[in-house]
Amino acid sequence: MIRTEMETFRKEPIEKPLAPRESRRREFWRLFRKNQLAFVGLLIFVIFFFTALVGLVMTWGSKPVFDPAIVRLEEKLRPPLSSPNHETLAPEAIPRLGIYLFGTDDLGRDVFARMMQGAWVSLTVGFVAVGISVLIGIILGGISGYYGQKTATADQVIASAIGIAGAILLVARVATLGAFLLIAGGFFFVLSQGLKRKVRTRAKAGWTRILSTPAVSIDALIMRFVDIMLCFPSFFLILTVVALLPPSIYNIMIVIGLTSWMGTTRFVRAEFLSLRDQDFVTAARALGIGNWRIIFRHMVPNAIAPVLVSATIGIASAILTESALSFLGLGVPPPHATWGNILSDGKNYIFDAPWLTFVPGIAILIVVLSFNLFGEGLRDVLNPRLRERS
Amino acid sequence: MLSFMARSAVQKIITLFFVSVISFLVVYLAPGKPSQVDPLNPKFTPEMVERFRKQFHLDEPLYAQYVYFFQDFFTGKSVSWKDNEPVLKKIWDRFKNSLLLFVVGTLLTWTLSFPIGIRSALFRGGAYDRSMTFLAYFLISIPGFFFAYILIILVVEGLHVPVIGMETFGLGDVPWYRQGMDRIWHLLLPSVLGATGGIAILSRYVRSQMLEVESQDYIRTARAKGLPEERVHYKHALRNALLPFVTMFGLVLPGLIGGSVIIEYIFSWPGMGRMAYEAILARDYPIILAENFIAAVLVLVGTFVSDVLYMIVDPRIRL
Repeated sequence: MIRTEMETFRKEPIEKPLAPRESRRREFWRLFRKNQLAFVGLLIFVIFFFTALVGLVMTWGSKPVFDPAIVRLEEKLRPPLSSPNHETLAPEAIPRLGIYLFGTDDLGRDVFARMMQGAWVSLTVGFVAVGISVLIGIILGGISGYYGQKTATADQVIASAIGIAGAILLVARVATLGAFLLIAGGFFFVLSQGLKRKVRTRAKAGWTRILSTPAVSIDALIMRFVDIMLCFPSFFLILTVVALLPPSIYNIMIVIGLTSWMGTTRFVRAEFLSLRDQDFVTAARALGIGNWRIIFRHMVPNAIAPVLVSATIGIASAILTESALSFLGLGVPPPHATWGNILSDGKNYIFDAPWLTFVPGIAILIVVLSFNLFGEGLRDVLNPRLRERS
Repeated sequence: MLSFMARSAVQKIITLFFVSVISFLVVYLAPGKPSQVDPLNPKFTPEMVERFRKQFHLDEPLYAQYVYFFQDFFTGKSVSWKDNEPVLKKIWDRFKNSLLLFVVGTLLTWTLSFPIGIRSALFRGGAYDRSMTFLAYFLISIPGFFFAYILIILVVEGLHVPVIGMETFGLGDVPWYRQGMDRIWHLLLPSVLGATGGIAILSRYVRSQMLEVESQDYIRTARAKGLPEERVHYKHALRNALLPFVTMFGLVLPGLIGGSVIIEYIFSWPGMGRMAYEAILARDYPIILAENFIAAVLVLVGTFVSDVLYMIVDPRIRL
């Protein structure tokens, strides 16, 4: 219905609206191609993506095309591009390419196959960790920017404090008291909400008025939480959690994601604060559109630019963090290769077998560099000030 | 100003309390028990485990352990679970070594990134600017441990000097200048590595700040008055561009702990980062928590200092 109205409106010859000469997407693409470094970054990223996919397929299963796990003790520490000794080697142990493209490590494993296996780890860690952090960032930042002025009333604060204390005690294995407090807190919360709805029409008694005084705004709560999280030295925190938890790739992704959402939250909040008062949001609200629809259909697409930039750079730093953890021996459990632990295994041979350091090191460098360049290019292109000028 | 400082101090103490609670929960609720860190050791009888648990209050409920820990920590009685040394003394010993690395690294960062950034801004778009831009991205993207090994290979093969550790072991009785040179060689690589990331980021920041200021009206006015370029750049532009960097003096403080784990691990540098790493592996909870607490204090003090500095430097800001 709205659409037909719009169309009739458009047909009226009041004044022909000046449409932009080119669509937003095409303009973006034109600007982006002009930025050579960013374009190269994107290209490398695409190549890396397909390498990781191919690597996953080729090293998967019990009889992979490139087997990263074959140990050839007689062929250890062979330099790159050297060909295997066909006489001493079992036929199934001969590398598929006929040569050791990147050499072999101290157990005679083919470094090329191990690199192919490790590419997928770097890729998934980067994307999943950043996915988690962006999701948390958008939700918390959105709530904080959109519902920011709303205040939690005193009774709500008390109720949730009791509930949280109960939850903490429950986790701390003080079961009975914890459960009691948790239920009491929840009950109090529901009760006070119900009471408020009932009492709203009538004059409030003195003590209920104290309970429903605004105590703290949601915005302040979330931002204080961001401050708290920013106090932890991030690599140290990640190291602690990863070392204390059982070794697994999923733990690393989750931990990196859970410790890096603060920047996104702040960006989204700032964007939302400025978007909230703009006309299109007011118009949407006037049309009676629900809050969640306004947030996700109208505001998030407009606030996404800085988030995209920080996410791209976040992927780069997540890959770096994962490789550093692998290097310290805390990442993925050993038989599985990652770029970090190939480098870590090779560190005892830096003078005799420098390729064990250089191959994974340069691979990490190129991938991280491509993400950084791509992210910076995005920032330049998405920056409206630059767009107007060109 | 005083009221701002008081308010912010109260707020920061509350934040610190929550940080301590969260870090305590993270460490104590992680799976695995510190008393069973060495289950294969035949000397570890159940009675010993029991005594260990009793001695360090591990048999009490969690909130009591929290109170015990911070009581011990603030009265200086808290001891490491591994060697019964006082935590604060251990941290202080390591802190001195980290501080040396940190000071040299910070000096390198601040002295190098300003000339680079200013020159990039003055010759914007030129060959120098573009190569520095690429170099900055390169330095941000290179994994620290990989860069460390490249430098080790270069320095050891090229100059034949020792680099691992704080000083050459068993150097014996040598004249003071040789000892001094030995210390400097050992200090060189870790501090350069610690500075690279900082140089890359800070020089970019200096560049953008300088560009921002150079496009202001008062710079055009200064040029229109016929002032020489030198004076315009260094007197009118640079002074105003420097403003935000004053506040960054406060924000470098947290780098003392967080940034140094990998570097200290590679170079066997007995600093705080490496101690934290060893403590984490050994599940030495008092050390982990103490370091975390100190790191949080450094972050909060750093932001506080930078807020206050900003208010002093920039009269437009009244918080």
